[in-house]
Amino acid sequence: MTATIQTLIQAVEAADSKPRMVEAVRHLASTQSPDSIPTLIQVLGYNNPGAAVAAVDGLVRLGDVAVRPLLDELDGYNYGARAWAIRALSEIAHPDGLEILLAAAQSDFALSVRRAAARGLGRLRWQVLPTDEREAAQEKALETLLTASQDMEWVVRYAAIVGLQALAGAIASGRDEWRSQIRTCFEELINTDDTLVVRSRALWGLQCLKSAVWSTQALKSVE
Amino acid sequence: MGSDATPTGITEESLTVEQAIANLQQTEDPSSRYYAAWWIGRFRVREPIAIDALIQALNDETDRSPDGGYPLRRNAARALGKVGDRQSVPPLAACLACADYYVREAAAQSLEELGDASCAAALAALLDGGMEDTELRPGTPHLRQPYDAVIEALGTLGVKDAIHVIQPFVEHPVPRIRYAAARAMYQLTQESQYGDRLVQALGETDLQLRRTALMDLGATGYVPAAGAIAQTHAENSLKLIALKGLLESHLASRDPITTEKFELPASATHIMELMDSLL
Repeated sequence: MTATIQTLIQAVEAADSKPRMVEAVRHLASTQSPDSIPTLIQVLGYNNPGAAVAAVDGLVRLGDVAVRPLLDELDGYNYGARAWAIRALSEIAHPDGLEILLAAAQSDFALSVRRAAARGLGRLRWQVLPTDEREAAQEKALETLLTASQDMEWVVRYAAIVGLQALAGAIASGRDEWRSQIRTCFEELINTDDTLVVRSRALWGLQCLKSAVWSTQALKSVE
Repeated sequence: MGSDATPTGITEESLTVEQAIANLQQTEDPSSRYYAAWWIGRFRVREPIAIDALIQALNDETDRSPDGGYPLRRNAARALGKVGDRQSVPPLAACLACADYYVREAAAQSLEELGDASCAAALAALLDGGMEDTELRPGTPHLRQPYDAVIEALGTLGVKDAIHVIQPFVEHPVPRIRYAAARAMYQLTQESQYGDRLVQALGETDLQLRRTALMDLGATGYVPAAGAIAQTHAENSLKLIALKGLLESHLASRDPITTEKFELPASATHIMELMDSLL
């Protein structure tokens, strides 16, 4: 660990006010050094939203290298930290986060966590997985997102639509039945949802699906 | 916001509609009556017998708080806004003269929700002398009248006659009241100067004021604010609610969106792109 990182970590530990903490976390995060990961993860539990946002940003920029540490400590987190960690995993979009995101999208009691997880499920980087695992993982995501599209909170249904639209673009060409399930889901929301913004997002999603050129999309997901 | 919360000190118990109505009709147990009024609003029980009981409760004299307030009346007034029956407009308008500030505030908010402008004169009357009223009432956290709630109601109800009464309030010393006035003035005139005042307020240093400005913009449908809303230093949850409000006010005249042939304007997809990025 370089002396600079050490100093920046100490600055986070020594910060004695909320704004100073935010400042210190921003500095540490800007190094994009893997050595900063344990401290950034700790900050998620400090009940300081500004600092947590800066820490999540830092972890997301670090990307895949932060996934394992985030998953390893998930059980030990307090509730607030867990919510931030799920947000980071959802942004990093590595398929190792799949199981956590599935559980969070379905049953977390905070709607902001269900919302972030639903969005994250649609945009996982499936190409990281071998083909045989990929389809099983996508099927789980599909099922969970279809359930989330019936959530009682409008913003979770909205996020589920965004997730499903992204997932539709990643599904292999042989899986047309999955794509038609997504279309049917959008059509139902357009006709029955009581929230205007959900209906309009479903409509936009449906229009995007129809105008997308499937052959190109299929090629992309095989790459 | 507060009206959706479970009343403090009472654990959320599940009632049947019949129980809730019976609890509201009795007068022996004030706390279960108070809870029933909240419950009927929360679950939007639209039965005439429930609405009658809520209207009755607006005149209750038994449930009094130490500061002389009328807790049951407050809850009943809020519930009537949610239940959404227009026969409650005259009794709610009468509540605007109640001695309890919070009953007047709840009545103004519910009249706004009910969407019936026949109460416009009664609402506007509360604004008399409001520009000179800048000191908190002794021993309370509020001014003489709930100006922001009244102004917001007049704006939502589209009371153009009130424009000249509301206009001075865009310079009121209390920020919340200024924002309410800017919001109403935008709704009533569609002049961008008022939308821009709210956009400016998104840069306030006080988080609470930024939150208020977000909610006010959400009510306006002022599309040019969308980018600034997404950039505001505040919780994503609130920014999403504000953008939802913006989109819905913007699209309201074009609804229903029930056909795939409906053409979403570019302004709408722009707002949704911003929302997607905040999830």
